[in-house]
Amino acid sequence: MNLLQIHQQPAIYFVLAAFLLATGIYGLIRRRTLIGMLIAGELIFAAASLNIMTVNRFFVPDPTVGQIFVLFIMGLAAAEVAIALSIIIAVYRNYRSIHPSDISELNR
Amino acid sequence: MSEIPFAPVIVLAIFALIVGVTVAGALIAALSTRIIRGVAGLMVCCVGVAGLYFFLNSPFLALMEILIYVGAVCITIVFGVMLSETDEPASNASRRSGILWGGTAMLVAAVVWVTLSRLSLAGPWPVPATLVSDGSIRAIGLALLTTYSLPFELISLVLLVAILGALVIARAGRTKE
Repeated sequence: MNLLQIHQQPAIYFVLAAFLLATGIYGLIRRRTLIGMLIAGELIFAAASLNIMTVNRFFVPDPTVGQIFVLFIMGLAAAEVAIALSIIIAVYRNYRSIHPSDISELNR
Repeated sequence: MSEIPFAPVIVLAIFALIVGVTVAGALIAALSTRIIRGVAGLMVCCVGVAGLYFFLNSPFLALMEILIYVGAVCITIVFGVMLSETDEPASNASRRSGILWGGTAMLVAAVVWVTLSRLSLAGPWPVPATLVSDGSIRAIGLALLTTYSLPFELISLVLLVAILGALVIARAGRTKE
């Protein structure tokens, strides 16, 4: 593999997408605030989009499909963030806290 | 293109910069203790991902990534940060369980990274012989208004319902006080 052509090989994009997914999962486990978990979820969305775009660029006869799919992912991510943030704000108004360990009424 | 001396080296340097920006942003977003730095890291990471989209022959999605993620999603998260108390809580669990959780999370993340990388690098990926379309913005627009017109309309409906739902949920908490 020629190093100068590395941006035209799918390998580095695949590894990078897997890395984004791994950081997202790490953040999702490790964060102790709801907004932090939301950020980690966005990282996972970015990983999925990057993976789809890589396959779309190198291995698909019609490169339009993946781009439209990623556009739909972006729309869904925007909707998800709007809903999640309003839920977080509602939770904060009720509990004065956005830490997942404090929101445990069903657990008692 | 070949008029510029060292053009491949320059392209490679830009690509390395973009990859570095993406990795650094993801690490900041996942590892920083203060939440506002995590949001900033997510912004940096999204700029890097937009650059990667540009390298993947899709400048339209690169612009959309910056517009939607950096311009809308991250700003919305910043608003959420401002409206609620966001510092990581003083850990009431013991330091040992913190290290245990951190180690577990790191282990899971490393396993996911290595496994998925190996899987996607090893898999047989058949390269198509001919391309049906060129994937240009014109092709995207035509496909959005013909083949994918129903999902296109549905996603606008989803966004509308999400905005209304967000208003209703956030407002219910306010009237309760």
